[in-house]
Amino acid sequence: MSFYGIVDGSESSLKHFLAQLPGVDQVGAEARAAMLATRSIKTTSKRWAIDTAITMVDLTTLEGADTAGKVRALCSKAVRPDPTDSTVPSVGAVCVYNDMVAIARTHLDSIGGQHVPVAAVSTAFPSGRASMEVKIQDTQDAIDAGAAEIDMVIDRGAFLSGQFGLVFDEIVKIREVCGDRAHLKVIFETGELVTYENVRKASYLAMLAGADFIKTSTGKVAPAATPPVVLVMLEAVRDFYLMTNRRIGVKPAGGIRNTKDAIKQLVLVNETAGPEWLTPELFRIGASALLNDLLMQRMKMDDGYYASPNYVTID
Amino acid sequence: MATTPKKPVARLEVKKTYKLYINGAFPRSESGRVYEVVSSKGISVANPSLASRKDLRDAVVAARAAQSGWAKATAYNRGQILYRIAEMLEGRTDQLVTEITLATGVTPKKAHDEVLAAIDRWVWYAGWSDKLSAAFGATNPVSGPYYNFTIPEPQGVIAVAPAESFLSFIDAIAPAIVSGNTVVALVPGSAAIAAMTFAEVLATSDLPAGVINILTGSHDELAPWTASHMDIDGFDISGISKKKRADLKVAGAENLKRIHHFEGALSPTRIYAFMEAKTVWHPIGV
Amino acid sequence: MTFEYAPAPESRSIVDIKAKYGHFIDGKFVTGKNHFATINPATEEVLSQLALGGASDVDKAVAAAQKAYTKTWSKLSGKERGKYLYRIARILQERAREFAVLETLDNGKPIRETRDIDIPLVAAHFFYHAGWADKLDYAGLGKSPQPHGVAGQIIPWNFPLLMLAWKVAPALATGNTVVLKPAETTSLTALLFAQVCQEAELPDGVVNIVTGDGSTGSAIVKHPGIHKIAFTGSTEVGKKIARAIAGTEKKATLELGGKGANVVFDDAPIDEAVEGIVNGIFFNQGHVCCAGSRLILQEGIADEFIEKLKVRMSKIRVGDPLDKNTDLGAINSREQLLKIQELAGVGDSEGAERWSPACNLSAKGFWFAPTIFTGVTQAHRIAREEIFGPVLSILTFRTPQEAIEKANNTPFGLSAGVWSEKGSRILWATQQLRAGVVWANTFNKFDPASPFGGYKESGWGREGGKHGLSAYLKEGK
Repeated sequence: MSFYGIVDGSESSLKHFLAQLPGVDQVGAEARAAMLATRSIKTTSKRWAIDTAITMVDLTTLEGADTAGKVRALCSKAVRPDPTDSTVPSVGAVCVYNDMVAIARTHLDSIGGQHVPVAAVSTAFPSGRASMEVKIQDTQDAIDAGAAEIDMVIDRGAFLSGQFGLVFDEIVKIREVCGDRAHLKVIFETGELVTYENVRKASYLAMLAGADFIKTSTGKVAPAATPPVVLVMLEAVRDFYLMTNRRIGVKPAGGIRNTKDAIKQLVLVNETAGPEWLTPELFRIGASALLNDLLMQRMKMDDGYYASPNYVTID
Repeated sequence: MATTPKKPVARLEVKKTYKLYINGAFPRSESGRVYEVVSSKGISVANPSLASRKDLRDAVVAARAAQSGWAKATAYNRGQILYRIAEMLEGRTDQLVTEITLATGVTPKKAHDEVLAAIDRWVWYAGWSDKLSAAFGATNPVSGPYYNFTIPEPQGVIAVAPAESFLSFIDAIAPAIVSGNTVVALVPGSAAIAAMTFAEVLATSDLPAGVINILTGSHDELAPWTASHMDIDGFDISGISKKKRADLKVAGAENLKRIHHFEGALSPTRIYAFMEAKTVWHPIGV
Repeated sequence: MTFEYAPAPESRSIVDIKAKYGHFIDGKFVTGKNHFATINPATEEVLSQLALGGASDVDKAVAAAQKAYTKTWSKLSGKERGKYLYRIARILQERAREFAVLETLDNGKPIRETRDIDIPLVAAHFFYHAGWADKLDYAGLGKSPQPHGVAGQIIPWNFPLLMLAWKVAPALATGNTVVLKPAETTSLTALLFAQVCQEAELPDGVVNIVTGDGSTGSAIVKHPGIHKIAFTGSTEVGKKIARAIAGTEKKATLELGGKGANVVFDDAPIDEAVEGIVNGIFFNQGHVCCAGSRLILQEGIADEFIEKLKVRMSKIRVGDPLDKNTDLGAINSREQLLKIQELAGVGDSEGAERWSPACNLSAKGFWFAPTIFTGVTQAHRIAREEIFGPVLSILTFRTPQEAIEKANNTPFGLSAGVWSEKGSRILWATQQLRAGVVWANTFNKFDPASPFGGYKESGWGREGGKHGLSAYLKEGK
């Protein structure tokens, strides 16, 4: 593996690279994110943003209580978010635990949702605390069951204790398992990494190890996808593209509950990484409640009056 | 037992129930006890809660939980919140005057003067929040290539035992919280009445829950428990009689509580008494 | 896929601009003479007619201020003075949107900035100083320091209402009364402020506003009834004032020009530094005395940094100041635009390399694209002279000492910026820099509690904080 010719796969090469990355000033980064949040997105641009956001949603259910019935309902919603309005696009993907992948894939295919991929969380999600063998098997099972996307978690304990080589090697191994059958998202759990510098380091580490997407959170820990965290990750993919000519995707997950939040994310993408990233190929939003708020806002824009939850379906 | 007037009235007044004010809510004392406040004419005014040591315990927990958030607010923000409380108090002037007149027996004119003085003092203290570092901080010219600065910080949870008047109550709590401390106030006797109206103002203000907690009742009962409480950082005993102060200081020595009493009002020393000074060194070099 | 932002205009229906204004003297709006037009620099639309204050108008204003001082203001306790200031602060907060829109129309700066920065700071200045009014014993000037009497205040066009707040709030808090002349291109928010004084029931004559031009300002400076002068504006006019008062007992504070150096070390937090450089020179269209108009960049990271700067600059939205998404508004006047164009032309002819992102500038109104010059040295005029526009001159340095030498090599001394992640280096640099305000890892931050003012030809005295009070007080016992 060449790792873009930037590191040689050894821990020392990786640590050296990570150590020379510029630091992030917390106050400055938060101020930049806050300024971008004041952008006023109205009328035609708001309507475009809502539809774009819908296509980027990874509609998610990751609960211990998930059942086949729940997953099927989620899949129906994913394909046709508003049964009364066929102009509403399908979402970006469905995201489930790997023992639900087969159910999801089958159901999607049976309702005309062949175009909606199934993403599976993997590698002992959400904690990441298990042996490498278990993590590899976890991933393999999901792909065999039909997952086209794998959302893995990094070993935060290893990261926080400076074992970057270990974190790196795990990603490399899972990337191998994915091969060309699935794209790999790497989840950092930024709430546990705490500092923006750690987020920057994790971003480069994951991209060099072969990530197709870098992802903020499992959605089980707060804070999750705060604007400054997403800003730092977008800066990383922007700069990585300049270094390697490869665009890596970004997925914020957790805490994006309404249309305003989603639009703020799109503005961040637009003014940081650039408009090339404004596609589900390169930007996804991990969410569940968000979708209905997007639908209600869409209705309000089309109808001219405020909507009610009674007019959107639950999944 | 006081007597109540027996004249029939055209419209019966909806009277207020007096409880404690802890963590932004109004619970009764866990002991279920009350005490009677009687007007100078022998009329029963109210039955405020008689706070117990367990209420004190709960109030300290609330004050501690609220303290770091209150201290982290910008000085400007704290000043704004306190100023708005003054605006609301101004609006309640008449109510406070009526209550103080009834509960303490002073003339309405004196009560009015007292309320206006209290509001003005509250505003005076509010204006200090963003000036404390200028007044009590410093950069220090140490002999060496170091940048050295001293910054005043709040101590934490401060208990206050003011004398039995609204003005003393205000004089005690304002200087304690303006710097970012949180407060547990032991309000004695008839002063409970106006203090609880003040609590209603706090409950509708932007002051976060737990920043000010009010326990109405007996100094004799609660002050010793307060003085020995290991999670209280400072204690203003201005309202405790002179001969009882020494024992409280002995009890407070267990966690080196900062115990003070003050004679005058409107002095920044009342603020600074419940602050600490932190001095920081940082090398200067390329 | 492009994400175009649809127009998001703030409504102007909230403001009510009269066709013609006079002056505000002794608590009343009075008629004036010799009216001249004031325009919206983004559209060249005439907004109103302003009066040119003459010697007799200034006379009346000073007399009113003197009477108010003697009969009313000096007799009030600090506590009561403070309450007037609290009232003014509150009304400013209530009418914040109205003031923000009016300031944007009159000045040309983006509504996002008036709404989020200028107007909130204005209210904060009044709040902060309200709290000092009855605490002057603690201002470090002894017991019971006394005011001077009548202050003559002349303010510039770049932050019209904020500069008014910086002048009026401390003057009133310390017990002085005021005759204030706003800039001729931006007097409307000052005149609206006069309404606020009336709403707050401020005693007649405590604040007086006389509009006009340089001659009006001169009449104020020279008036024998003015005891203290506060001026913010160009160094050139500041020197004129210093000469004019030389033989008198008048006190003056001057807040003048600058050519601030923004020093970026190679261990800077790069993305935030890029943001800081952009904010430092393009905030308020570069019409900022403390602008970071020189970027002094460590040579080793220069190419990479300038590339990032260019990418960031291409995201700057230039356009209608009333649009909530506009980052860079209009240049305040044709006169100022010509100055900027002239000096930018000098930069070209001196051999520096100019770059701007592609901008769609409207034909009407006064516009200048955000611009950088690379290959600039201290010997270039564009590294020495204040351009007061969105133009950044970029120089490089090799060692920290060289950076400081270049930063200090100027007759100005208002502001400087330092970008580094190393604390000791920041403190070392701030110790060496000859500037009244040093920002480390940030820029253009203002607070009523933070003293502001310059070294050398950037002026005399400080505004804000405890330090800012001393200009308005005589030392007590």
